[in-house]
Amino acid sequence: MDEVGPGIFVRRGPDTEATADNDDAIANTGFIVGDDAVLVTESGGSLADGAWLRSQIVQRTDKPIRYVVLTHVHPDHCFGAGAFLQDRPTFVGHHALTSALESRGEFYRGRLVEILGAEKTGPVVQPTMTVADTAEIDLGGRTLRLTAHGVAHTNCDLSMLDTRSGILFPADLLFVTRIPSLDGSLVGWLKEAERLKATGAARAVPGHGPTLVDVTPAMADLTRYLATLRDETRKAVAGDVPIERAVASIGQSERGKWALFDTYHGRNVTQAYKELEWE
Amino acid sequence: MKHLAARRLALAIGLSVPVLAGIAAAGPVLALGAGDDDSERLARWKEIQTTIFGDRKVESTDTLVSIDAPGRAMDASLVPITLSMPQKDKIAGLHLVIDDNPSPYAAKFTFGPAADPSEIKLRVRVNNYTNVHAVAETKDGKLMEAVRFVKASGGCSAPMGMSDEEAMKGMGDMRMKFAGEANPGKSLEATLMIRHPNFSGMQMNQVTRDYTPARYITKVEVSRGSSRIFTLDGDISIASNPVIGFSFIPEGQEPIRVVAVDNQNGRWEHSFTAPTASN
Repeated sequence: MDEVGPGIFVRRGPDTEATADNDDAIANTGFIVGDDAVLVTESGGSLADGAWLRSQIVQRTDKPIRYVVLTHVHPDHCFGAGAFLQDRPTFVGHHALTSALESRGEFYRGRLVEILGAEKTGPVVQPTMTVADTAEIDLGGRTLRLTAHGVAHTNCDLSMLDTRSGILFPADLLFVTRIPSLDGSLVGWLKEAERLKATGAARAVPGHGPTLVDVTPAMADLTRYLATLRDETRKAVAGDVPIERAVASIGQSERGKWALFDTYHGRNVTQAYKELEWE
Repeated sequence: MKHLAARRLALAIGLSVPVLAGIAAAGPVLALGAGDDDSERLARWKEIQTTIFGDRKVESTDTLVSIDAPGRAMDASLVPITLSMPQKDKIAGLHLVIDDNPSPYAAKFTFGPAADPSEIKLRVRVNNYTNVHAVAETKDGKLMEAVRFVKASGGCSAPMGMSDEEAMKGMGDMRMKFAGEANPGKSLEATLMIRHPNFSGMQMNQVTRDYTPARYITKVEVSRGSSRIFTLDGDISIASNPVIGFSFIPEGQEPIRVVAVDNQNGRWEHSFTAPTASN
């Protein structure tokens, strides 16, 4: 793991899909150590991935794991939570995460079980503390400021700012190197990206990509992709280009700039089209 | 062939038949389609044919109808399908069947005198690797089929949004777009958009263990004045917020009237001013 700031440890998730060999350990997971307690910034993609993260924590500190943040509903970020049930932490999530997990959790679990088997996948864990707007968590001499965002990457994105280091944890509101995946609102995501920029944070731990990045260029890449998707999709809708042709033509200037482009981009266009055709 | 018997149950829930009870029965057989061999696929299609068309003969065609669909769907819950019928003057109706969907009979179009049936576009859910069949019904009573294999999975049971309330927003709103101006003697392409979640009845809330009840559009009638363009009988395989591309003969001054009805007694009616060919 990289120590990206004092007491902040992050594991780089590779830009791949979940496979039987990688335990769905594809997101950037990590933890923050305060004077009194530990907070898990992202739980991991499976029970096995969460257990690995927990082993890394207990090797480095004997402070109690009091908080586990579930940054949004996607399986590569949520399914590590089961490994921390034994610590009886507070599971922290966006106020919309509970219902999102109710409608999707078991569906995702079934998919993961097909890939990893039930034992490595683990249970769906619900948040025990939800954030409606903003909240603060004190780890002892270290305060984390949490923000529940409007519909963007998903409908339940939670970001976090470590006030001691000034490092931002935007989770999947910021993808670096791996292509962003759109599962909420394209227009909303661009709006929330502005809100993240307005925090003034200089460095961030993105949900995917290198463990620590400069916010300005990373956000510029993300917003360029999203704005290209928005503008070209609006143009296609206005020009009566049907969705099946739009999927093949929109955003091709972004090919080569992102890992897994061919896997996700067509789906992103589909999502964008069905959002923007009703504008 | 044990699963064929189970599937016979599922088949009973075709177009405009109450759907909820059958869905649960269809659940366990869903995964089988991906591994089926050709003879099983053929047997399945024969069985569906008998259910829909009785003992009427269904012949293959290379000319009367063809299907364009992505070989591998980007998003299984929104698979764009284009059905072409170049010999439009011979066509009275069109049936779309997604063989391995839990309710395979996806759509039936009946064309009226104001229609140009040369092309129909719609978006469907695909639950499994499956053959998609289009059967054109000619004015002289023949049934002519074309087939295409589509790789997709989970389109019917995938949670569609993250909350049912959001999905219900604006239900019954409609729009219609026209591709350019009307010219005498030429048909005009149009796109009808309807806000409706088209809940399949297979989307489950994991906490309450309830399925979101099936709520889907059963009938759409599109007319100009007293002249029918088409009638669509729909089912749960049609994607949420249905979008239907069609062509009509732009004669007459009246607006185009659309009446949509769902299986829960929802009824919505809208009129759209349409271009008119002037001599």
